[in-house]
Amino acid sequence: MGKHTVVPFGPQHPVLPEPIHLDLELDDEKVVRAIPSIGYIHRGLEKLVEKREFKEYVFIAERICGICAFGHGWGYCKSVEGLMNIEIPLRAKYLRTIWHELSRIHSHLLWLGLMADGMGFESLFMHSWRLREKVLDIFEKTTGGRVIFSACKIGGVRRDIEDSELHGIAEILRGMRDEVREITDIFFKEPTSVSRLKDVGILSKEAAVATCAVGPMVRASGIPLDYRVADTSGVYRELNFTPVTTDTCDCYGRCWVRVQEIFASLDMICQAIEKIPAGDIAVPVKGNPNGEYFARLEQPRGEAFYYVKGNNTTHLTRFRVRTPTNMNLPAMVEALKGCDYADVPMIVLTIDPCISCTER
Amino acid sequence: MSFMKKSPWVIHYDGSSCNGCDIEVLACLTPLYDIERFGIVNTGNPKHADIFLVTGAVNAQNVPVVRQIYSQMPEPKVVVAVGACAASGGVFHDCYNIIGGVDKAIPVDVYVPGCAARPQAIIDGVVQGLAVLEAKRKLLAEGKLEELEQKDQLPPLPPQTHVKEDQA
Repeated sequence: MGKHTVVPFGPQHPVLPEPIHLDLELDDEKVVRAIPSIGYIHRGLEKLVEKREFKEYVFIAERICGICAFGHGWGYCKSVEGLMNIEIPLRAKYLRTIWHELSRIHSHLLWLGLMADGMGFESLFMHSWRLREKVLDIFEKTTGGRVIFSACKIGGVRRDIEDSELHGIAEILRGMRDEVREITDIFFKEPTSVSRLKDVGILSKEAAVATCAVGPMVRASGIPLDYRVADTSGVYRELNFTPVTTDTCDCYGRCWVRVQEIFASLDMICQAIEKIPAGDIAVPVKGNPNGEYFARLEQPRGEAFYYVKGNNTTHLTRFRVRTPTNMNLPAMVEALKGCDYADVPMIVLTIDPCISCTER
Repeated sequence: MSFMKKSPWVIHYDGSSCNGCDIEVLACLTPLYDIERFGIVNTGNPKHADIFLVTGAVNAQNVPVVRQIYSQMPEPKVVVAVGACAASGGVFHDCYNIIGGVDKAIPVDVYVPGCAARPQAIIDGVVQGLAVLEAKRKLLAEGKLEELEQKDQLPPLPPQTHVKEDQA
């Protein structure tokens, strides 16, 4: 039995872009228990539905998190559209899918960069973020915004992308594939990064199920849980796609899953651009929401859940989000048990923590 | 940038921002914008830092953290509030858990607008902060400590905060 110490980690810490606090109980250098405490970013934006009209609230929903902003806007719109029985045009569905999958690429590249930075691999961090700028350029060209671009609205999307521009995007993405492969291969072939990732932060298949993990976290533990496969309302059914899984259950696996998802998303966007039909991009919205409804969406970090309740007025009475990081925190605490103290940043980063989502 | 006498180091803290501004702050450090070529480095240690970049509004839980980081920074120091939330609370201004802009917790020297603030705007904010930093450095060199203290004095603790003054 070693010396028992409690080490505080965060809220302000070099590897954490966002504040979360962990109390790490150590036996010498081994972590025996981790106790997270949150609340540094809580704003209470779910209650804002009472102050904003349901059409305006899209802007707030997008600001649940600036990384998966488009996804949150889509999730909110999807739930309200479900509640009001609005069938959006097919072209809008395709455009939403294209922007959402672009967000996934940008989010995963951002994560790869932070991960590389966390293990001290500065140049890899820079290269990942350099590639990410190409995706942000596409956002800027098509919508005007870089990270939060409010392209989604209830009833469809705000902007169309011309077909010639869509083919330009496909061209850029095809060019990106090799560049992404070049930098991501370093994670899997370079001995320094492999030794930081392999067999670190084990989350067994059973533990992943017991802690209700979602997204790449659960897929890296060998469970093919991906809402995009089950989604019948969107156009994911039209696209050729299988969830990426691996059963290594460690940080290496989670990294591998995210990298393969970048390639899958690149592929899906190119397919969507081939198949996108001509037509309207939005339908008019009449009346007010009444009743309750929930929608699900696969965000870059995992499955998110949106619940809305209306009483036939311009303001919703209740809005609730269950975000992926919220579900992954128990899994992170599980994975932290028994690791070395120096590996804590790596394991915290592999869940791709989005504290802003978690606390809203 | 002729007035830049030293390489300023920045420290970044995420108040209650939505990440939009945070990732733009980080984007400033990466190859496309690359403020590191001017010697500006992002540090995790408040005692190494000259410029404090805060994103997002403050709430009851993070006021003590922001004040703690600020008071640990050595003089001269500059605070740059990045984004609409850090300036006034932004879209979240009427949320029940938001106290307001960062100036409710610490004195702010430069406000950067935008939701999310663009990297160009953030870099401009940091450059303007450099002028303020230089002015404060002069005060320090001339021994006008009282004037400096007045500029960097913490505002009173917002009543919503749960901790006592001596802990914050």
